[in-house]
Amino acid sequence: MYDIKGYYDAETVSEATALLAENPNLKLIAGGTDVLIKLHGGQLEGAELLGLRKIKSLEHIRVADDGTIVIGAMATFSTVFNNPILRELIPILTEAAISMGGPQIRNIATIGGNVCNGATSADSASSLFALNAQLKLQAKNGERLVPIREFYLGPGKVALNPGEILTEILIAPEDYKGFGGQYIKFSMREAMDIATLGVAVVCKVQSGNFAEVRIGLGVAGPTPLRCLEAEEYAKGKKISSETLAEIGKLAVKSAKARTSWRASKEYREHLVEELTQRALKIAVVNAGGAELV
Amino acid sequence: MAYTVVGQSVSRVDAVAKVTGKAKYTDDFSERDMLIGKVLHSPYAHAIVKSIDVSKAKALPGVEAVLTYKDLPEIRYATAMPGVIEAIATDEVSVAELKYGTAGHPFSLDSSHRDKEDRHILTQKARFVGDNIAAVVATDALIAAKALKLIEVEYEVLEALTSTEAALKEGAPLIHDDCERNILASGGYEIGNIEEAFKDSDHVIEGEYETSIVQHCHLENQVSHAYVDSDRRIVIMTSTQIPHIVRRIVAQSLGISWGRVRVIKPYVGGGFGNKQDVTIEPLNAAMSLAVGGRPVKLELSREEAMIDTRTRHAFKFKIKTGINQDGKINGIHISAVSNTGAYASHGHSIASSGGGKFRYLYPTKALKYDPITVYTNLPVAGAMRGYGTPQIFFAFESHIEDIAKKLNMDPIEIRKKNLVEVGFVEPLSKNKIMSCAIRECIDKGRELIKWDAKKALYKKQSGDKRRGLGMACFSYASGTYPVALELAGVRIVMNQDGSVQLQLGATEIGQGSDTVFAQMVAEILGLPMYMVHVISTQDTDITPFDTGSYASRQTYVTGMAVEKAALEIKQKVLGFCHSMTDTPAHLLDLKDQWIVFKESGEKVQALEVVAMQSYYDRVHAQPITSDVSNNARINAIPFGVTFAEVEVDIKTGKIKILEIYNVHDSGKIVNPLLAEGQVHGGVSMAIGYALSEQLLFDEATGKPLNNNLLDYKLPTIMDTPKIGAAFVEKEDPTGPFGVKSLGEPPIVSPAPAIRNAVLDATNVAFNRIPMTPQRVFEKLKEAGTI
Repeated sequence: MYDIKGYYDAETVSEATALLAENPNLKLIAGGTDVLIKLHGGQLEGAELLGLRKIKSLEHIRVADDGTIVIGAMATFSTVFNNPILRELIPILTEAAISMGGPQIRNIATIGGNVCNGATSADSASSLFALNAQLKLQAKNGERLVPIREFYLGPGKVALNPGEILTEILIAPEDYKGFGGQYIKFSMREAMDIATLGVAVVCKVQSGNFAEVRIGLGVAGPTPLRCLEAEEYAKGKKISSETLAEIGKLAVKSAKARTSWRASKEYREHLVEELTQRALKIAVVNAGGAELV
Repeated sequence: MAYTVVGQSVSRVDAVAKVTGKAKYTDDFSERDMLIGKVLHSPYAHAIVKSIDVSKAKALPGVEAVLTYKDLPEIRYATAMPGVIEAIATDEVSVAELKYGTAGHPFSLDSSHRDKEDRHILTQKARFVGDNIAAVVATDALIAAKALKLIEVEYEVLEALTSTEAALKEGAPLIHDDCERNILASGGYEIGNIEEAFKDSDHVIEGEYETSIVQHCHLENQVSHAYVDSDRRIVIMTSTQIPHIVRRIVAQSLGISWGRVRVIKPYVGGGFGNKQDVTIEPLNAAMSLAVGGRPVKLELSREEAMIDTRTRHAFKFKIKTGINQDGKINGIHISAVSNTGAYASHGHSIASSGGGKFRYLYPTKALKYDPITVYTNLPVAGAMRGYGTPQIFFAFESHIEDIAKKLNMDPIEIRKKNLVEVGFVEPLSKNKIMSCAIRECIDKGRELIKWDAKKALYKKQSGDKRRGLGMACFSYASGTYPVALELAGVRIVMNQDGSVQLQLGATEIGQGSDTVFAQMVAEILGLPMYMVHVISTQDTDITPFDTGSYASRQTYVTGMAVEKAALEIKQKVLGFCHSMTDTPAHLLDLKDQWIVFKESGEKVQALEVVAMQSYYDRVHAQPITSDVSNNARINAIPFGVTFAEVEVDIKTGKIKILEIYNVHDSGKIVNPLLAEGQVHGGVSMAIGYALSEQLLFDEATGKPLNNNLLDYKLPTIMDTPKIGAAFVEKEDPTGPFGVKSLGEPPIVSPAPAIRNAVLDATNVAFNRIPMTPQRVFEKLKEAGTI
């Protein structure tokens, strides 16, 4: 039994934002795979829920005329994984999607819910960070775009103002075109697990050099993060084992790993260093570069 | 022997019921106006309740009763109870003061052989985080949960002893006042003279090994409901392996006579030993009594079940082995510290039993075992598949591998040099090995995994991913003889058409015992499987007495009773046929629903005709039934081996099992498909034990850190390699149809085999499980591998 005091649902975004404006206490529920766990665990009591599942317009995934990838916030992880456009253009997101939970969870959990839950372990987050995703937030009286790096404020805390709903996740053409990428979820189990570390990298290769590298990490700090120092260093460097090793070391500098019962700081940092290199090695090949032996 | 049904992979008798959802489990049954019970768990590992105020909880609308350690007696003498349940004769003892043991062992008339009685239904002293302080009964689960939050408890917090070292240290507070130094029990055995054996040895080698606390994680959490019936008896329906024992212990916990309790066990969603213990049932009964006998349901959440039922004992071992240059072991000395948690439950039996089953594998001139079982402020450890053997075999099979490495001997040869032979009489139990195919099992496993070819291939590796091979052996037992009573009861009733009902005291808990028993009956009575109707529900009012499902005793121990009951039916059928046809019974046999001549197979009479006659003959009618009990005063020792191949990612510390084979000597296999299922289940549990599973606690406070299925790393099917199961079938002369046990054995040897494979791959010995990636990383770093 769940401690639910009220449940409302909306069929359109404007209906939802209107309801939300009326009652700011409403807790948004998408797939429910995080909200119900909080209710079960008692972190959420006497909840008044606003269900978004009937808003079909938020499930669409498309490429806009200018090449921007638009992912509706209510697209489930299964939908994301099975979408041929995303698979072709940004496989680091579809691979992240299939790594999440089990089939039943993926069939109901949404990418928007995953982002708004604000967890550093969100399976979509490291890829969305590496892809420079922008989030469209809709309120009753207008909308705004927020870069994903500014959206995550702290553990479980996101920059969603009262009255706002995340409607779309946008990835600009300059952020994915010509890039190759790789996602590695490192977890204790091969399914139904929380990441010990999520590593998403994209890179652009030009005549044996890195033209651009972006590295997104999940569970390497209280929020998902980017490894800007490593990215800056990589620019223009020759693709070699030495460069990769240095990138790995610099990536650790951006990480804010800490020791918990799940893993020690030392082990987490070791994983950041090792897995960033492993991911980049494959990303280089995916970007058309030569395989490093 | 040639059989027609025994030895066949017939479908489970409950397969259709289970896959169509028709099989009913405890939670599927409901009583009208059932109330919901919930438990207030202690947030402290070690604390005394100074005061408890339940007035706010009681005032919450929908709350029907609040129980505390103080309020239990009132249930019987003061509140709405008059006439519901009779008080015990000795009124001086209140329920609150009654202590009882919870372990699912047969009662012992010898009081010195009984389990320690150290538990109250609700306690004034919390001994682990999760201990039961109070309880509420309400009209629904939400109200009950809210009421728990309204109970105000003031605790005096004591030092939490979260390790055996802390519990044993000088001046540590006592968890139970009557146990010095927090030692529940100690004492093992010594065979021969260990010091002399060491003196006679070319080498004396020592090692230390450690296992962790894990949990059963059966699919169905503990759930029950209880009410008082019109006969003023307490009826409890519960998910248990041991209905007759639950009946006894509930009665003991309430101080009422045993006949006043009736326990019903429907289909069960797994137990693995956790339900060979009495956990929620006494409190559930008290809850119903607190509301005048109305039905109350008590269901644990996963988070509760993982800390407030039972766990597997963590062990620390020190082993010293004296061995000659030729690989022959002279003497073994094993010291062990077993962590039993806050209450005794099965307690020292786990350490004793592990040490007992170990004695069959490598007979030596001298063998000494010194275990102690220590209380700590952690969840209660009890029975879990393998019952002490996964621990001791992890230690010894790792140790013998280390010895082989040190002496530069082949790990298989060193074991073969020391393995038991048929005819060995184990000096303490006096059990005699009547069949033994461990050598054939090893040869088969070696071939299956292509040991020799791969060993050669993996000799020199230097990359990031390194492969290795390992193996480990085990011995077990079939039931508990001679330690405990091995009684089994079976009843068979023949219907008018010649089909039968088979009623057993032994419990089907998913392992497939109903099916193999039906196969045995079908075999003996010449019936097709569909004519053997197994009554899967146990009801202590109706079901023949049997102590339940544990100790891998069903097929062997209960099988003997099944055989006895079916043979009695057969004799009666042939006898009745004799009276009808004037053909002497000893010339007859049963085949394909006919009474036939034993020698020629010529048909004499249709079984249906005899069965009809047995019901309706105006002069001789006497329906054919049997109702037997069998006391198995014998044991058969099963053996087996695991072969594993692993790949270690030395940079991340991740271990991947590439191939794994369990080869078993369990005598005759009654149902190969079900047997394979047992092996798959046991091996997958063992893989978690070896690599990922461990219940974690905050060292300072004893608070559980991962009592849920996200953070407790039970392997998923994606983490489980294809598991190879093979059998070497040598019929054991003592068992029905030549069987030996198979339920628990598959979990015993995989962990050390995997550990030995990791040693082979990395040259680093991991003496502590689970071998989690971080631990592997740390150890490899320490060893300079990375």
